[in-house]
Amino acid sequence: MNAPVLPVRAEAGSTLVEPVLAVQGLTKAFAGTGILRGVDFALAPGQSTALIGANGSGKSTLLRCLVRLVEPTSGGVLMLGQDVGALSPRALRRFRARVGIVWQKHNLVPRLSALSNVIHGAQARMSGPRVWTQALAPAQVRAEAMACLARVGLADRALARVDSLSGGQSQRVAIARMLMQRPEFILADEPDASLDPQTGQEVMELLLGLVRQDGLSLLVISHRLEHTLAFSDRILGLAQGRIALDMPTPAASAGELRRFFDHEAAA
Amino acid sequence: MSDASLPAPPRFRQIGLPGYVGLLVVGALVVSSLAATAPTMDKLARGLTRLFAPSGLFTQMFPPDFSRIGPISWKLLETLQMAVAGCFLGLIFALPFAILATDRLSPHPLVRTVARAVIALFRTVPDLVWAIIFIIIVGLGPAAGVLAIMVDKIGFAGRFFAEAMEETDPGPQDALRAIGASRLGIIGSAVLPACLPSFTATSLFALEKSVRGSAALGLVGAGGIGVDLKVAFDLFNYDEALAIILMLLALVIAVEQGSGWIRRKLI
Repeated sequence: MNAPVLPVRAEAGSTLVEPVLAVQGLTKAFAGTGILRGVDFALAPGQSTALIGANGSGKSTLLRCLVRLVEPTSGGVLMLGQDVGALSPRALRRFRARVGIVWQKHNLVPRLSALSNVIHGAQARMSGPRVWTQALAPAQVRAEAMACLARVGLADRALARVDSLSGGQSQRVAIARMLMQRPEFILADEPDASLDPQTGQEVMELLLGLVRQDGLSLLVISHRLEHTLAFSDRILGLAQGRIALDMPTPAASAGELRRFFDHEAAA
Repeated sequence: MSDASLPAPPRFRQIGLPGYVGLLVVGALVVSSLAATAPTMDKLARGLTRLFAPSGLFTQMFPPDFSRIGPISWKLLETLQMAVAGCFLGLIFALPFAILATDRLSPHPLVRTVARAVIALFRTVPDLVWAIIFIIIVGLGPAAGVLAIMVDKIGFAGRFFAEAMEETDPGPQDALRAIGASRLGIIGSAVLPACLPSFTATSLFALEKSVRGSAALGLVGAGGIGVDLKVAFDLFNYDEALAIILMLLALVIAVEQGSGWIRRKLI
């Protein structure tokens, strides 16, 4: 896939920027049923983009296709300068290390401590038992993991088992694990789901902070319209397996987004 | 919304003609098996009368003869050592077989099929048969018993380890795969910690089974207390045989109580 240069909206107006993510004609079918039917979009670096859509519209599938956790049926993904579809298994492992994923269900190892889970984030660049558990980790890895935990405000719970943490704390540990990866791009699949409004807001603030302070790029799925409007620079809407809505967040309103969902539900 | 006019559903599902034919076949198998092999009441009554006669087995067993308690105790210790050594080796080798036998962790379907076949073979062939095979290979004595227990435990624990790994939450494994972790990293950091309680329980059950099994292995010459038990029966020293059985019972109960205590503490 050739690197496209697309006009991407920026606050100062339209300008030409090499996108951090370019998706072209992406399709995915399960058992003959098309979930994604030709998705096209490009994202500018250092921006927060919200992906919205009704349940079953293929948002999570799209996120997984971007890093080939689900293999696309056809189409191309150019991400961080890499043609993702052309990567060998070894190169794909190295590429995935550059993309942090925040999962709706956190996906931590429940019997291990917060610190051990965060250390797992180093597994793409280090191997062996030294990154399996905090007890075996080298001092500099432990120190970096503690810094990641401190960034999400959980340094004092480093040795707590993650199954003893609250939902919000657990999601913070997952974000710390993602930080340990040293990612350049963040994909977040409903990171605010199953969290109370206050905790959900704090998690979203944390993610937006990584965009604003560290210059990372963020593509986040959220069903909470107030979060979509408050924590993104751009909104993409997925409907019928295609991008049916693409607008800068300042131009969007809750009513407009609600109408998008209503239209989807009616369809 | 519920419809009050709907009649209550039938209590039982209709099983149809194939279901009735299946039941008939199973019933015929049970009845014919009982008729062909089960002892008659008459035969049982004659046997029990002989057992309690003045020259019968039960009468001659009492009181138990503990005059050789020293040598018998050493043999019991050897039995326990055979069980521990065989069980330890079996559990160590069972783990890689189990990993190769799981859908998610096996590197190739062919490898998975072969691993499953080996586990099934080790589990299906009784440990007494393995003992006879290893006696031919390494000669009479406890070494053959240890190898027989090892192979039996690879089959036993391999199956339960594999099932435990199949049943783990795939979420943390997906998260580590997305980070770029290697297959070994995923196993070491997500699968093994999640399976630890199940592995511990299986290992302790394997030890109990090994202790019970190792006593019987002596009957075919594979070392341990079984050799003395067989000799006692062959020489009609039924009182000494009872002493051996009682001491073996004490050992098995001690091991079961000990493993139960460890299970409660660890899990």
